[in-house]
Amino acid sequence: MKNIAVKNIADNFPALRQTVNGHTLVYLDSAATSMRPESVLRAVDNFYRRDGANPHRGMYDMAQRATDAYDGARVTAARFVGADAEETVFVRNASEGLNLIALCYAPLVLGRGDNIVLPITEHHSNLVPWQILARRHGAELRYMYVDPRTGVLPDSELDAKIDGRTKIVAFTHVSNVLGTRLPVEKFVAAAKAVGAITVLDCAQSVPHFGVDLHKLGVDFAAFSGHKMYAPMGIGVMYGRRELLEAMPPFLYGGDMIEDVREQDTDFLPPPSKFEAGTQNAGGAVGLAAAVEYITSVGWEAIEGNERKLMKKLTEGLSSLKNVSLVGNSGADVGRYGVASFNVAGVHPHDAATILNDYGVAVRAGKHCAHPLLARLDAEFGACCRASLGIYSTEADVDRLLETLPLVRRRMNLGD
Amino acid sequence: MAIDSVYTELITEHSRDKRNRRRVEGATCSHRGVNPSCGDELTLELRVENGIIEDAAFTGAGCAISQASASMMSDLLRGKSVEEAGRLCEKFIGMIKGSVTDEAELEELDEAAALRGVSKMPARVKCAVLPWHTYLAAIET
Repeated sequence: MKNIAVKNIADNFPALRQTVNGHTLVYLDSAATSMRPESVLRAVDNFYRRDGANPHRGMYDMAQRATDAYDGARVTAARFVGADAEETVFVRNASEGLNLIALCYAPLVLGRGDNIVLPITEHHSNLVPWQILARRHGAELRYMYVDPRTGVLPDSELDAKIDGRTKIVAFTHVSNVLGTRLPVEKFVAAAKAVGAITVLDCAQSVPHFGVDLHKLGVDFAAFSGHKMYAPMGIGVMYGRRELLEAMPPFLYGGDMIEDVREQDTDFLPPPSKFEAGTQNAGGAVGLAAAVEYITSVGWEAIEGNERKLMKKLTEGLSSLKNVSLVGNSGADVGRYGVASFNVAGVHPHDAATILNDYGVAVRAGKHCAHPLLARLDAEFGACCRASLGIYSTEADVDRLLETLPLVRRRMNLGD
Repeated sequence: MAIDSVYTELITEHSRDKRNRRRVEGATCSHRGVNPSCGDELTLELRVENGIIEDAAFTGAGCAISQASASMMSDLLRGKSVEEAGRLCEKFIGMIKGSVTDEAELEELDEAAALRGVSKMPARVKCAVLPWHTYLAAIET
């Protein structure tokens, strides 16, 4: 597998081989969810065909194989992000992981008059839980604002917002609208200086470059499997060991207890403490297979292909008449797999509907980031988003760029 | 193809038409409708006198389908009784959901009948019906 040529990667993804409205599908919505390679589909299928007993519960061979598969998947997932297995909790997705952190950890530290600081770039899943927690505990929710033209967050925003009453700093690694990489190292340093904990949403970074949570020094992190070529319904919540130990469980039930008496219960140590009931073991196996797939292609090839395509995509979009990039003017900063844009005078939903008529799939709307869209200079307060995956090709980008000029014509707006 | 029957000149022109995109002077009723998944939002204003809709117009932002639909609805409802307008709204929603297909029956929807192609575009049904649902919610409150 080591020598997979980047141009053949798409052949490993059966869902990409389909025709939409008479055109070969061009899938440019990997930031919403990525497709899955044969090896992942096969791993999930094999798990249920051969090993599908309940992990951690049976004395028979099949149950042992299921246990090995599930526990092994945890080790693989942990290693993928530079964490230890004991700190790696399986959850449904990044949203659930972030909710777990907000609901189980935040109440231990948050009091009236304290504050939680977020960049305005946050996806609702790393924003709404903090909004609710802040309100519940009488804390203040503060935003660090990006420059609406370039999408870049100035350092002065960290200095202005993080202070002695800051208890939590939560941030995404890569913006799902702007594609920019947020200054995680600076957030961590600023939070440490005031004794606040850090929460990293790495759902949009783990498919695009190697992430080392220990090296980054964050206290908590979460990501979804389905954006990194794994099935939907599996994800990871990471927490530093002593923090996970201090937290109460999230849900209560089977497989997370040490002993239950009539009136009280002892819980297992993390990560089991946070995994009540039968887990998505097939999904975990799929996640491990996705990690293996990414590893076999290698970051060098993945990042090289993506850098080349991002250049073509952003240059191509900005050279088109009546097409404008959103939150991406002039700043020469790295963009990771995401380009947002609008066609002048055309609502993004109409643009996406017309692109679909030519087999091109892009996302359109507010991208689960309403507060960010309200600040960006986007016509209709919304935008189209083209996003890349491991399988994206120059031909995909070409098809988008060739099709976009037809959008205004189909809307009877001329060229 | 379904979308050719939707992005017609009539509909794209209505979507950009300013006539019905305004506040209603002396409005007696105002209601906000939102499609949370896509961000279409509009505020419908009505001036009802003696049970007759004397004026109807809307403000807000959204895609061409929701905007054209709101504009056509404003034209259609003006001068109708509140009950008659409600009946027309039910008929329009029926057309978009595919349960009312008879051409003769759709005639009374006037220009709004031009949106029937949306019934073949499931992803956009909610855009077309938003203004009409907003009317029904407005008269209920």
